[in-house]
Amino acid sequence: MPTETIAGHTIELDANGFMTDAAAWNREIALEMAARVGIELTDKHWKVIEFCRKDAKEKGVAPGLRRITKNAGVSMRDMYQLFPKGPGKLAALVSGLPKPKSCV
Amino acid sequence: MKKLLVLGAGTAGTMVVNKMRRILDPDEWMISVVDQEETHYYQPGFLFIPFGIYGKRDVIRSRREYIVPGVEMIMAGIDAIQPDQDKVRLKDGRVLSYDLLVIATGARVDPSETEGLMDVGWRRDIFDFYTPDGSLALARKLRTWEGGRLVVNVAEMPIKCPVAPLEFLFLADHFFHKRNMRHKVELVYVTPLDGAFTSPRASVLLGDILGRKDIEVVTEFNIGSVDFDSRLIRSWDEREEGYDLLVSIPVNKGSGVIQRSDMGDELDFVPTDPHTLLSKEHDNIFVVGDATDLPSSKAGSVAHFQVDVLQENILRWIDGLGLLPEFDGHANCFIESGFGKGILIDFNYEMEPLPGKFPLPGAGPFSLLEETRMNHWGKMMFRWVYWNMLLPGAELPLEAQMSMAGKRR
Ligand SMILES: Cc1cc2nc3c(=O)[nH]c(=O)nc-3n(C[C@H](O)[C@H](O)[C@H](O)COP(=O)(O)OP(=O)(O)OC[C@H]3O[C@@H](n4cnc5c(N)ncnc54)[C@H](O)[C@@H]3O)c2cc1C
Repeated sequence: MPTETIAGHTIELDANGFMTDAAAWNREIALEMAARVGIELTDKHWKVIEFCRKDAKEKGVAPGLRRITKNAGVSMRDMYQLFPKGPGKLAALVSGLPKPKSCV
Repeated sequence: MKKLLVLGAGTAGTMVVNKMRRILDPDEWMISVVDQEETHYYQPGFLFIPFGIYGKRDVIRSRREYIVPGVEMIMAGIDAIQPDQDKVRLKDGRVLSYDLLVIATGARVDPSETEGLMDVGWRRDIFDFYTPDGSLALARKLRTWEGGRLVVNVAEMPIKCPVAPLEFLFLADHFFHKRNMRHKVELVYVTPLDGAFTSPRASVLLGDILGRKDIEVVTEFNIGSVDFDSRLIRSWDEREEGYDLLVSIPVNKGSGVIQRSDMGDELDFVPTDPHTLLSKEHDNIFVVGDATDLPSSKAGSVAHFQVDVLQENILRWIDGLGLLPEFDGHANCFIESGFGKGILIDFNYEMEPLPGKFPLPGAGPFSLLEETRMNHWGKMMFRWVYWNMLLPGAELPLEAQMSMAGKRR
């Protein structure tokens, strides 16, 4: 697995650039991962990130977009403003979670 | 007398009661099943209706006729499940009690989830083929349609039978060729996925076939709304695709009863143990078929493999034994690819569809991940197998678990 230095930490990433160990995540890493995809994190972003982390811990998988909009108090339109170009994937990326699986 | 209650007498529920009635002692267990509709639809047949290959009569039968004697069939809408009291309330006010409950209420399409889908265009230039009415209306439309841009759009995953939209396009290509108007039709597949299909090897093969048939593919398109006046669909990230005829696979959700009982996830699918099929929240409720939240395909073949595992686990549950974690996500799907050919894919939670041969005593072998005439016959034979073997709960020469026999890595 490739590693990279993010916010001063050595972090393991998968082939798609998602963190392989959610436990190694912290807020500084989130800030830098977001900056790399051109996003400056606001309070609304943090609300989404906190939901994603909590939910992934409980369910064992990163929540999909619909699950986020139903539970984190943001609309679909908000999500596309917060994380343009793939809000489902980007929310997981910044939250230090694996890429959400699309179902067969 | 103990009570086994099954909700939904579709593909899965019918198999469950027919199999369990044979096994459970009638002096000890009463079995009842509830469904709201007298007609049992063969849903895989909806794919063929728009092209005039099947008519209405080919896909309907009387539901009661498929329930074996000794099972009580209750025709009523289910209002809500009350799992804390082991009770189910029907819409006519009756209340049923149970010792063991099996939820088999399936999945349905909900076009009202997408803004503008059901406005003036609905059933004029916008159709679905996941419902009997939708597929029949589309058949009427296609008989006189003069051509243009035909867009097939999947609103959101998961959907029942995830290959059906591709099969629709393959059959449409064939249909317009036969009518000598293929040159007047643009075929476009607009999907939220990042390729033709989810698993890599099948995606490559299906992508090749789409290309060969001159079917355009637009990926990662998450529909936000339909603009009927301008005849276009718009994604959440503001991309647009124009259409003359829109064939939509609307958002698929679990039954309304799951929502009313507050037992589902964000799409009203019931959280279920992926290997034992026991509900994650209630230890006297099993869930089977399309109603589960499992990442296995929502398909009749999958329901069949699940019922094999479920049957064993119901017996173990009754005897107080530990449940077997035997369901492996096994799916086996014939994909109709047009011009009298088809493809067979066989896979599970872990193993993506692989090429090779699929051995089937008496009929096979079928070729896997390859277009053949034999696979087309397999698909057409499935209707007979469905009514005559699957629903009655006959033993099929198929293992519930996926096997590597004949497959090439
Ligand atoms: C267009 C299309 C093509 C398909 N092609 C294939 C294919 O080629 N191969 C394949 O294997 N599968 C295919 N499928 C999928 C297959 O039809 C389903 O996966 C299968 O029918 C699921 O069975 P089920 O018992 O879970 O649900 P269903 O068969 O849908 O049964 C659910 C039952 O519950 C009842 N119900 C729900 N809510 C209530 C309520 N509140 N009160 C009373 N009753 C209720 C319904 O009336 C229904 O009878 C296709 C599906 C579609 C739509």
